[in-house]
Amino acid sequence: MMTNTNPSYDPETSMNNGRYMEYGGQYLPEVLAPEIQRVADAYAKYKDDPEFLNEFHTLLREYAGRPSLLYYAKNMTEDLGGAQIYLKREDLNHTGAHKINNVIGQALIAKRMGKTRLIAETGAGQHGVATATIAALFGMECEVFMGKKDTDRQRLNVYRMELLGAKVHAVTSGSMVLKDAVNAALQNYAQRSDDTFYVIGSAVGPHPYPAMVHDFQSVISKESKQQIQTVAGRLPDYVVACLGGGSNAIGSFADYIGNDSVQLIGAEAAGKGVDTAMTAATMKLGSTGIFHGMKSRFLQNKDGQIDAVYSISAGLDYPGIGPEHVALMDSGRAQYVAITDDEAVDAFEYIAKEEGIIAAIESCHAVAEVKKLAPTLSRDKIIICTLYGRGDKDVASIAKYRGIELNED
Amino acid sequence: MTTTKLSAAFTPKAFIPYLIAGDPDIETTVSNIQALTTGGADAIELGIPFSDPVADGPDIQAGDLRAFAAGISVAGVFDIVAAARKFTDVPFILVTYANIPFKFGYDAFCARCSELNVAALIIPDLPLEEQGEIRPSADKYGISIIATVPLNSEPARIAALAAPAEFALLQGDPTGVDLSALTTSLKQAGVRSIVGLGSADATQAATLAASADGVSIDTTTVQLIAKQDATTSQKLTELAATLSAAVHGA
Repeated sequence: MMTNTNPSYDPETSMNNGRYMEYGGQYLPEVLAPEIQRVADAYAKYKDDPEFLNEFHTLLREYAGRPSLLYYAKNMTEDLGGAQIYLKREDLNHTGAHKINNVIGQALIAKRMGKTRLIAETGAGQHGVATATIAALFGMECEVFMGKKDTDRQRLNVYRMELLGAKVHAVTSGSMVLKDAVNAALQNYAQRSDDTFYVIGSAVGPHPYPAMVHDFQSVISKESKQQIQTVAGRLPDYVVACLGGGSNAIGSFADYIGNDSVQLIGAEAAGKGVDTAMTAATMKLGSTGIFHGMKSRFLQNKDGQIDAVYSISAGLDYPGIGPEHVALMDSGRAQYVAITDDEAVDAFEYIAKEEGIIAAIESCHAVAEVKKLAPTLSRDKIIICTLYGRGDKDVASIAKYRGIELNED
Repeated sequence: MTTTKLSAAFTPKAFIPYLIAGDPDIETTVSNIQALTTGGADAIELGIPFSDPVADGPDIQAGDLRAFAAGISVAGVFDIVAAARKFTDVPFILVTYANIPFKFGYDAFCARCSELNVAALIIPDLPLEEQGEIRPSADKYGISIIATVPLNSEPARIAALAAPAEFALLQGDPTGVDLSALTTSLKQAGVRSIVGLGSADATQAATLAASADGVSIDTTTVQLIAKQDATTSQKLTELAATLSAAVHGA
């Protein structure tokens, strides 16, 4: 099932001038082009700077609480009766998701550029919460753009951001979800880039954003590689992560891309099914296009109009995907599967009951894939599955999915 | 029909109003083009509606939604130009986000533009550094790519933007900007400059045209069409007559 037609894919050599194969680039209005070039220049200047890296890793350790656990899921392993399952516990980070890794990195770049204001888009709210958190820590102003549909289904995270001192804009244009939040954030950035840094939370957008997100999130796979070597004495056979734009997936894959024996699997959101219009399965159903600053893969119609997409998960409800993932798919280095709402909700309940972990519904798309994959493998195989965030935020909407209305008021 | 290059629009100045293709529907857009050319529009900017117009403000976003509600497609946009070609040789500038011609195929898109005698393209999200992918097709079919130049651009950036261009659309608030210094430097680089505004009255248009080669407006026309009724055609003709006269110094 997983053949590597180009096992030599290596981001260090394959990424050239902001491109991963043909994907990536900087497709932005001229009003933003010089500012994005300043961000690219700043990132190039600091990415290998020892003082910058020391500050980044110190904050990851002392503020975000890294390294995150690599937890052996004994009950799941025994119940599924196949491969050994390890969970990379990004849900245990401060703010409850992997998003903080990247926000710390980008905010440190912003500070070095002399910026005083951070803006961000958010879907499920985790990236918005992480950005609001670091803005509070660094004493910076913060505004978060979030689709109205998402502010409604993620009210807890909206209030959390406001507690942290951020201003949350409920975006009412378009389909009122993540892509509309990105549109609104880009418009705000174009009007006010002099004091503002746009902290993009996913592995999307114009260069250097996909590269920054790759680098800052790669701490996930750097840690898991060391941790699995310590406990198992070898590399995993599979790494599984969910993806919308693809930030936790690229971070989970990054350090294994050069290890051809490790199969990389991304689980995207099929919504109500890939044979319905209520889906966000970009890899399965999309085609190459230009949108949100990048050439990548998008759900779109034959004219190139971007589709309104759907998933139960606000964080995966996005019509595109990071350019590096498309290169990983085209080269055969990674495989992408689509998981339905039903499968994800089943996995949400399953991991809660088996392991005592309430995991974000986004991550439960990865857990659902593990539920399918593990029983097909022998006991000597190892799967690492990233839990990208905790699921407290999803409890009300999962209850609703099961026909139970929780009284929040 | 003879080839109408955009330079033909400048006599020596040009007034260039903007319409959203298919807003409120295909037939009305065709008649609105006629109303504007009757009034003296020297060229027409025709916007192709896009699902996610990140570089546009609320008026144009709303107009795009009206056009989609009436069923506009890329084929429909070309139908509008084809229908207008029955009564006018006016140069058309198609304004489109990059994904539309990319998905159509750059070469096929430019070929179709050439068949319909479209003079130029404005692609707001295809900056200088990425224009290489469409330029061979545009050059092959004689379609100009208009450079978009924010008024607050650094001099070195302006020089870079001007280098491959014949025409520049100057964007931003011209208040307090030394427009003539900018347009003079562009002219020395062989580039005609068009000031792009949401709206302008005759006095402003005349003042801007004293420095620039052309003036284009978008919000005013789109707002008139948002309230499209039996009087809209006459209002568009009057608007074009007033601003065209101002731009030409009549």
